[in-house]
Amino acid sequence: MSASRISTLHLPPYSNSLISNLELPDDHSLRGSHDVLVRDDWEGLRLAFDVRSIRENFPILQRKVYGKPLVYLDNAATTQKPQQVIDAITRYYTEQNANVHRGVHHLSEKATHEYECVRCKVRQYINAAEDREVIFVRGATEGINLIAHCFGGQVVGSGDEVLISAMEHHSNIVPWQLLCQQRGASLKVIPIDDDGEILLDEYEKLLTTRTKLVSVTHVSNALGTVNPIGKMVEMAHRHGIPVVIDGAQGAPHMQIDVQAVDCEFYVFSAHKIYGPTGIGIVYGKEALLESMPPYQSGGDMISAVTFEKTIFNRLPYKFEAGTPNIAGTVGLGAAIDYVSNIGVEQIAAYEQSLLNYATDAVAAIDRLRIIGTASEKASVLSFVLEGAHPHDIGTILDQEGVAIRAGHHCAQPVMQRFGIPATARASFAFYNTREEVDTMVRAINKVGEVFA
Amino acid sequence: MSDLRDLYHEVIIDHSKSPRNFREIDPADCKAQGYNPLCGDELTVFMRLDGDVVEDISFIGSGCAISKASASMMTAHLKGKSKEYAEAAFQEFHKMITGQGEDAFDKALLGKLAVFSGVCEFPVRVKCASLPWHTMHTALEEKGEKVTTE
Repeated sequence: MSASRISTLHLPPYSNSLISNLELPDDHSLRGSHDVLVRDDWEGLRLAFDVRSIRENFPILQRKVYGKPLVYLDNAATTQKPQQVIDAITRYYTEQNANVHRGVHHLSEKATHEYECVRCKVRQYINAAEDREVIFVRGATEGINLIAHCFGGQVVGSGDEVLISAMEHHSNIVPWQLLCQQRGASLKVIPIDDDGEILLDEYEKLLTTRTKLVSVTHVSNALGTVNPIGKMVEMAHRHGIPVVIDGAQGAPHMQIDVQAVDCEFYVFSAHKIYGPTGIGIVYGKEALLESMPPYQSGGDMISAVTFEKTIFNRLPYKFEAGTPNIAGTVGLGAAIDYVSNIGVEQIAAYEQSLLNYATDAVAAIDRLRIIGTASEKASVLSFVLEGAHPHDIGTILDQEGVAIRAGHHCAQPVMQRFGIPATARASFAFYNTREEVDTMVRAINKVGEVFA
Repeated sequence: MSDLRDLYHEVIIDHSKSPRNFREIDPADCKAQGYNPLCGDELTVFMRLDGDVVEDISFIGSGCAISKASASMMTAHLKGKSKEYAEAAFQEFHKMITGQGEDAFDKALLGKLAVFSGVCEFPVRVKCASLPWHTMHTALEEKGEKVTTE
């Protein structure tokens, strides 16, 4: 990992209490008023990114585990929640709770307004063209199921192929497997190399007239690889093939622009981006969403019902049957505000620097092998240690207050690809620090002592 | 805080590093596969029986230190014993690692297996220690199907 990596920081054109000091060191050349070129030096980032203030917003980070400060490095599983998100949910239930889209009373109007405002925030966050292209679901998994069921069901037929990659986690494998079984289609897999990068030449070969859909992850949860989704969409589109992007691990770590990427669908979960569990989104291009049948049926997704027939509601409500997770949506809105206030690009630059630091630190550990060494990675550091099973590493680190994940990360085919049963995985968020990485490294060294 | 040495007892470390009876028995009178989908631990237990007696017992597979040591010590403990003894030991072992109290299990019957008593302080690791035993139990019942901890 190069220490002289160049990152571009686009500072937001408004003042922000979390960005404590915008006066950058002398060696940073300024390009325009809000566009600053910064070398990947920790001091510059530290000044522009006040991680101490940020950590104070996350009450759980103040707690101890077994009498030791919690070092939470399982962010790819779920992220912790800032007070702002917790407060937004409490405020919603304390002051605004009502059902949406149906009451004529004040509270219902307020709740509806807030719910729809979050749709707008999500639209802005991923740069979708229209609010109605954002559908609220339970999470990325339900999102992929919705797409497989409603869109896949329309375009995939007998003898057709659905293309996924070898680094998908189970929720971007199983829905397609089921669809293929139902339709008499086959699931094809784009191979990856030993670094955990997609083999684009092989991908090109797999794009044929039989391919009806491509679904790939933006960022691998097990390897950390950032896939070249823009290029992959472009390649698929040359064959007229629509593309689904699983953004569960992408949305929390980098700027998302669904119009620039030009994917047909993008999904992510709120709980991996500092929001609550049980809420997530599907982005879909309007024309496709219009052409798709509803996912579930019931209230809210209709515009008129008689016992003879039902006229479905317009987008996005056609896909939101029943009373939605309103409080969860409000929490997602607060999470997006929180992340946007810090600035997604600042977050990406800080996390990249932290990942580089952690990568160098663990690479120096004897008998340790990093799994996933792609040139573009985000926030995930998977590794195996000779002579110690990941599960044992997880337990020993836990005793030191360090929370990591040990196992196959719901991506068993990835483990098979690398010929290992499991990995230990540290995954970072912008509230993690170099000191926490140091604590993890000391804990990993303790594994060696236990098994000495 | 639970001491790590309560879990990673020296005897456990030793058996995990040099597992006993780590081989196939071919032909075996009964065998079964065990799998913990949570962490990917996978093992096969083989047994050769002489009437009611476990004449030979072995295992192969991959897993964490706890599951490997548990399998190793189980095979050492059960070799030459009766099927009934094996089933009884399984019950007592299970009581011990699920923390049902000092008096809840037969210490004499478990002997050296008492080194696993610390596992009950680590609930997520109970399945690691019990997987080989569940698998042995299935092999004895000659179900021949794959056991999972889920």
